[in-house]
Amino acid sequence: MSVLIYAENADGKFKKSIFEAVSYAKAIADQNNTNLVALSIGNVAADELVALGTYGAEKVLNVNSDKLKSFVNQAYASVIAEAAKAQGADIVVLSNSFSGRGLAPRIGVKLEAGVADGAVALPEENGGKFTVKKTAFSGKAFAVVELTSANKVIALTPNSYKVVEIGGSAQVEDFAVETKESDFKQMLKNIVRSTDKVSLPDAEIVVSGGRGLKGPENWGMIEELAGLLGAATACSKPVSDADWRPHSEHVGQTGIAVSPNLYIAIGISGAIQHLAGVSSSKVIVVINKDAEAPFFKVADYGIVGDAFEVVPKLIAAVKDYKASA
Amino acid sequence: MKVLVCISNVPDTTTKITFTDNNTQFNTNGVQFILNPYDEIALARAVELTDGGKGSVTVINVGDASTEATVRKALAIGATDAVRVNAKPHDAWFVAKQIAEYVKQNPFDLTLTGRESIDYNGSKVAGMLGELLDIPSVSIIKKLDATDSDATVEREIEGGKEVLTIPFPFVAGTAEGVAEPKIPNMRGIMSARTKPLTVVEPVEVKSTSEIVSFETPAPRGQVTLVPVDDTAKLVDLLHNQARVI
Ligand SMILES: Cc1cc2nc3c(=O)[nH]c(=O)nc-3n(C[C@H](O)[C@H](O)[C@H](O)COP(=O)(O)OP(=O)(O)OC[C@H]3O[C@@H](n4cnc5c(N)ncnc54)[C@H](O)[C@@H]3O)c2cc1C
Ligand SMILES: Nc1ncnc2c1ncn2[C@@H]1O[C@H](COP(=O)(O)O)[C@@H](O)[C@H]1O
Repeated sequence: MSVLIYAENADGKFKKSIFEAVSYAKAIADQNNTNLVALSIGNVAADELVALGTYGAEKVLNVNSDKLKSFVNQAYASVIAEAAKAQGADIVVLSNSFSGRGLAPRIGVKLEAGVADGAVALPEENGGKFTVKKTAFSGKAFAVVELTSANKVIALTPNSYKVVEIGGSAQVEDFAVETKESDFKQMLKNIVRSTDKVSLPDAEIVVSGGRGLKGPENWGMIEELAGLLGAATACSKPVSDADWRPHSEHVGQTGIAVSPNLYIAIGISGAIQHLAGVSSSKVIVVINKDAEAPFFKVADYGIVGDAFEVVPKLIAAVKDYKASA
Repeated sequence: MKVLVCISNVPDTTTKITFTDNNTQFNTNGVQFILNPYDEIALARAVELTDGGKGSVTVINVGDASTEATVRKALAIGATDAVRVNAKPHDAWFVAKQIAEYVKQNPFDLTLTGRESIDYNGSKVAGMLGELLDIPSVSIIKKLDATDSDATVEREIEGGKEVLTIPFPFVAGTAEGVAEPKIPNMRGIMSARTKPLTVVEPVEVKSTSEIVSFETPAPRGQVTLVPVDDTAKLVDLLHNQARVI
């Protein structure tokens, strides 16, 4: 019995959401008095792999074959399930990233495991019941789900578990697996990454704009504020529907659900569908000229005022703070 | 081209979510149920792809008789026919098993799901179906173009996208961008009444998960308002009090 964490890389690097997932998996391994094994697929440098030990991985299985250089959902799922079997791992943890959402259900079927997708807390084991808390109703609630199968797959929501550095170094081993030709039907044509920007689902700070900003030409100040804070930018649904901003920035019930440490909502009314996707943010700041805007009811801090006046002032204040820090 | 669209019946997006029976049951009292918004987008794209005699669109729902209005709505939007597996959807595994069973008997080129159901948010049915049928699956797509033998999709990744070509048959979970939802017109609504809706009985499935209880998020405290002219104060609070910057 052991715990296996699939450490997904982006262009050969591990991101913070993976350190969270490794820390989380380590805590589960500790709960079960067992060890944690990490699995990496693709081309990742040795020192990067060893560094997973910092977060509690004792061993890293490294799968680095030409065929598996870039992500192939079906093939990666097979490799992860094979690694779990080879290690005798009965709990497989991964990040509930875009790729993770493709992998978790396939691994679940392969291992005949119940899947807890979008987990937000450590599992609890009480009287033989293994339960995990996960998001439900698009952020309006949580569900506590019991996994009743012997094997279990858990996909952790980014930004819901703190990175814990315990400071070890992992032993790296090459792991060879047979792959099936039929797992490689999909053909990758192209990857487009906007490298200069913070990715929204992983972001610790999100600066978001709504219809109150009047038009796409006014997003300069949103991007400037986001740039200063190292934040990702987001928007409400009508903003992306009107093509002021790309669909990938739309947050809410029918967009991306985010749970950053800080969510700054500017010119957004706070409709129930918008709140659904952002209400699990740790701290919410609302800037709106209407003191009655529903968003203020769920905000921690607020400024009642015109965004075109407040945001430039806020930018100046952040600059001052950074200059003095 | 034969397309299957998996549709779920979910609480309307304006629903205030509450629970009964000591937080173990979702309170459906007064709740209106709708076609899952992502499934609506999948259906709209399926109808576009097969428009003008280029194929057919079947919708499938795992649900009891209470979901019929949603299934009829899908027919009104433009599905050719509908299947309802007559059972309460226990979890994604149960749903995927039922749909896989149907697809094994009635093969499709392309199977679409929504990226997730807005009640359970699992994003699981597409992947489970792909695995059960041993065909490719792609979790969240923003664009879908098809030929007779394959489709090219844009898959979302953190901070970007991947463009993939995948031969039929495969399964994809659709999100915004794939199509605009279609509002049923009068002709659609009339013809939906006579389009075939087949009810099939479920196969037995050993479950792997159970919902034990629900929780609602802790309410936030009072908002702290800062005057317009004192943005420095806000920065100070975020740094020293909230400790988020
Ligand atoms: C099925 C369905 C799903 C939906 N899903 C989503 C979703 O996922 N995400 C989402 O966001 N919405 C969603 N919506 C839409 C949602 O109901 C709201 O319509 C939407 O969130 C409103 O966007 P908004 O706040 O930007 O615009 P508005 O409601 O128009 O609000 C604009 C706000 O800006 C303020 N304002 C105006 N001018 C200024 C100024 N100069 N300075 C400061 N403030 C100003 C106004 O006081 C107002 O509060 C969905 C709707 C439906 C029906
Ligand atoms: N009861 C159901 N019947 C048919 N399809 C479903 C059902 N539940 C979920 N689905 C499909 O699976 C997708 C993902 O659901 P989920 O895995 O629950 O997030 C939905 O968007 C639907 O397309």
